[in-house]
Amino acid sequence: MLWAAEQQQANVVFRGARVLDPAEGIDATLDVRVDNGIVAAVAETVDANEHRVVDAAGLVLAPAFVDPHVHLRTPGREDEETLATGTAAAAAGGYCAILAMPNTDPVVDSAATLGALVEAAKEQARVPVGFLAAITRGQSGEELTEMGELADAGAVAFSDDGVPVSSAGMMRRALQYASITGRPLALHCEEPTLSRGGHVHEGAVAAELGFSAYPSVAESVMVERDLALAAFEEQPLHLLHLSAAESVAALRRAREHGVRASGEVTPHHLVLTDAAVRSLDPNVKMNPPLRAERDRVALLDALRDGTIEAVATDHAPHARHEKDVPFEAAPFGVTGLETAFAVLYSELVEPGLLPLQTLLARMSSGPARIFGLERPRIAAGARANLVLLDLAGTTRVTEDGFRSRSANSWLLGRTLRGRVALTVANGAVVHE
Amino acid sequence: MKSIHLVNDDLRPPGPPPRRHLLSIADLAREDVERLLGTARTFASSLDREVKKLPTLKGRLVVNLFYESSTRTSSSFELAAKRLSADTLTVKSVGSSVDKGESLKDTAVTLGAYDPDVIVIRHPQIGAPQFVAGATLAHVVNAGDGKHQHPTQALLDLYTIQQELGRLDGLHVAIVGDVLHSRVARSLIQAFALVGIRCTLVGPPALLPRELAVEKTTDIDAIRDADVIYVLRMQNERMQAGANYVPSLREYTARWGITPARVRSGQKVMHPGPMNRGVEIDGAVADSAESLIEAQVRSGLVVRMAVLYDVLTGGPVGVRALAAAEVA
Repeated sequence: MLWAAEQQQANVVFRGARVLDPAEGIDATLDVRVDNGIVAAVAETVDANEHRVVDAAGLVLAPAFVDPHVHLRTPGREDEETLATGTAAAAAGGYCAILAMPNTDPVVDSAATLGALVEAAKEQARVPVGFLAAITRGQSGEELTEMGELADAGAVAFSDDGVPVSSAGMMRRALQYASITGRPLALHCEEPTLSRGGHVHEGAVAAELGFSAYPSVAESVMVERDLALAAFEEQPLHLLHLSAAESVAALRRAREHGVRASGEVTPHHLVLTDAAVRSLDPNVKMNPPLRAERDRVALLDALRDGTIEAVATDHAPHARHEKDVPFEAAPFGVTGLETAFAVLYSELVEPGLLPLQTLLARMSSGPARIFGLERPRIAAGARANLVLLDLAGTTRVTEDGFRSRSANSWLLGRTLRGRVALTVANGAVVHE
Repeated sequence: MKSIHLVNDDLRPPGPPPRRHLLSIADLAREDVERLLGTARTFASSLDREVKKLPTLKGRLVVNLFYESSTRTSSSFELAAKRLSADTLTVKSVGSSVDKGESLKDTAVTLGAYDPDVIVIRHPQIGAPQFVAGATLAHVVNAGDGKHQHPTQALLDLYTIQQELGRLDGLHVAIVGDVLHSRVARSLIQAFALVGIRCTLVGPPALLPRELAVEKTTDIDAIRDADVIYVLRMQNERMQAGANYVPSLREYTARWGITPARVRSGQKVMHPGPMNRGVEIDGAVADSAESLIEAQVRSGLVVRMAVLYDVLTGGPVGVRALAAAEVA
C-alpha cells in the first residue's frame, strides 16, 4: 500500500544512541546495526562489519514517523508540491511513511488516477507514500467511488478530506460499502450550514476582529453523527484533524462503548489558539480553525491518554502569491512535515506537558495501527525505519530552508529545539 | 539540497523603522484619543477663517485607495488632505487595474513607487490596511476594513459627542442594530471603553456576537437609559432570503427601529450613514433636533485632518503630546 523509488539500502551502525521504541518497550543506550536496509542487531555493542559508523552518543534513535494526513497537490498543483518535494520534506521531518489525501485536481476517485500516482511514486518518492481515494466521485457527496477497485489498486483508506460528506444517508452507504475493502474511512467532520463562510473559530477573537466565524459545534455535531452511524453499522472510522473539545469528548465516549473509532490532531491545534489570529497572518489560517484554549487543552489531554492516537500534520502547501494577501482572501492550510517533531518537542515535551515516549508513539506506531501499516520498530529483522533526533539541537525556520516547494509555515522566524539529524526510510538513508 | 538554516536570533536583519499608522482603535491609548480630539478642535477653529487652507502638509502626498464605494469617508479624507495643502491622489477599484485582477500587494507596491506619505485605504477585507502597511513605506490610515475597524468614524463620533454633550466620561451610549457585521460598532466599543463611556448593545440575537465582552440585550427598552442612541445601518445584503438573521425587515423595524415614540426627550441620536430611512431609523428622528447626524459629517473633516497631521508629525510609536496650537 506504500510506494517509493528504489534506493540504495543502508549499511550503517548507530553507536551509543539512546534507543527509544515505546511500542517495543526499549529505552536504553545501545548500538544498532543495519545490514542492507534491515535492522540486524540491537545490543550494547555491535560489530561494525566495515559499515559506516554514526556516532550517536547523546542522540535519540527512534522508530521513524508516519504522517497519516498530507496534501501533495499532485496531480494538478505541482507548482505547490510534487511527490518528489513532498517526500523530501517528509524525509527531512523524520518520516518513513506519509499518506496523501485525494483532494487533488482531478480528484483521486478512479483506479486510473490512482494508478498514475502509484507509478509516479515508484519513480519519485523519496519516502514511501500511500494514497487515500475519495469516498464520493469528485468529492461531490453524491455517488460512491468504486471502492473495491480502488482498494485493489492500492488505496490505503477513503476520504473526502477538504469537504465533508454532508448527507447522512451517503455516509451510511459509504460505511456499509467500505466494509468489503477492510480499509477505514477518514472523515473531515464539518456541518457546512454551520461553518459556511467562516474563516476562523467563533469566539472572542472573531467577535473582536469581525471575522465570519466557524463554531466548534459545526465540527462536533458531525463527529457525533458519524460516530453514531459507525456504531450502528459496526464499522471503523478515523476522524481527521480534530479541533474541538466536544469532538474529543464524543470520540472518547464512543471508544468506551466499543466503537472502532480513531482520531488525529495537528501540531498547530496542539500549540496555537485562535489568539494567534490577532496577528492577521494568513499562515495561521487553516481548516478546521485554531480554537480556544479549552479546546487545545482537551486535544492535548486526549493525545496524552491515547483517545487521540495520531499526530497528523495536514501538510497543506500553498503558492506564495496565494498566501501573500489579506487573511480572508488566503486559502486554508499550512505546511508541517518539516517542523512537526521540532515544534511539538519544543512546545510540549521540553516544558513537561507531554512525555517524549508518548509523542514518539503518536507520531509513529499510532498512525501506523490506524491505517493497517507495518509498525516502524527497532528490532532485529525489521525493515529499517529510523529517525535520529538531536534533542538539544536547534533549527531556525526560514522561508528558503524548506524542501517542500511551499513555505506557508506558521513557524517562520521561530527557532525550534529538537532537530531531525538523520532519517532511514524503507531501509535507505533519506535525510541527514 | 537546501537545509534549514541554523542562525542565532540576534543575527536577524533589523526590520524597517516603525512608522505611525492609524489601523485600529485597539492600538490607541486614552492619551492618543485626547490628543487627536484636541488637534481636531484646533483645526475646527481654523476653519472659521475666511481662507480655510492651512500650509501644514504642503508637499506631502496622500493617496486615497478605495476598494468599496464610499461618499462621506472618501470625500472627507480628500478634503481634509486639501485643507492641509497636501497633494492628493484618489484610486478607486472600479476602473483601475484592481478591476483587472491586480492583487492588493501589487497595487500597494505600485502606489508605493510614488513615495506617498500617507495611504488611506478602505477595503472589504479585514486586515487590508495592516497588509498595506507591511508592503509599503507609507503611513497607513484605515478608512474601514471589512467588518473589522473604522477608527476615524469612532474618533469623529467621540468628537461629536464631546462637542454636543460637553463630556465623554460617564456617558451611556446604546448601539442599536446589526453589531455582528459592523466595523463601526467594533471601533466604537473599543473607543467608548477608552474614554469611560458605558456602552450597551441592543439588537436581534443573531446580530449580537455573544463573545463580545459588553453589555448586550435584545430588549429595545434598554435604550431608555442611554444619553445617546447610536443607530447602525441595517445592511440590505444581510436581509436576503435565506440569511435568516431576522425573519423580515418589517419585523426588524417593528422591534428595533428607532421611532419618535422610542426616543426620550433629551436623548441624542447618531448614525454613521448611509441611512435606510424607515428601516433602522424613522425619518422624523433623523431630521429632529435630537439628531447629531449632520454634526457627525462636519466632525469627520476636522478629525480626519487631525489624523493625517498626527500620523505624519507624531513619533513612530507610542504617545507624544503635541502642542496642537502651533499649527493653527
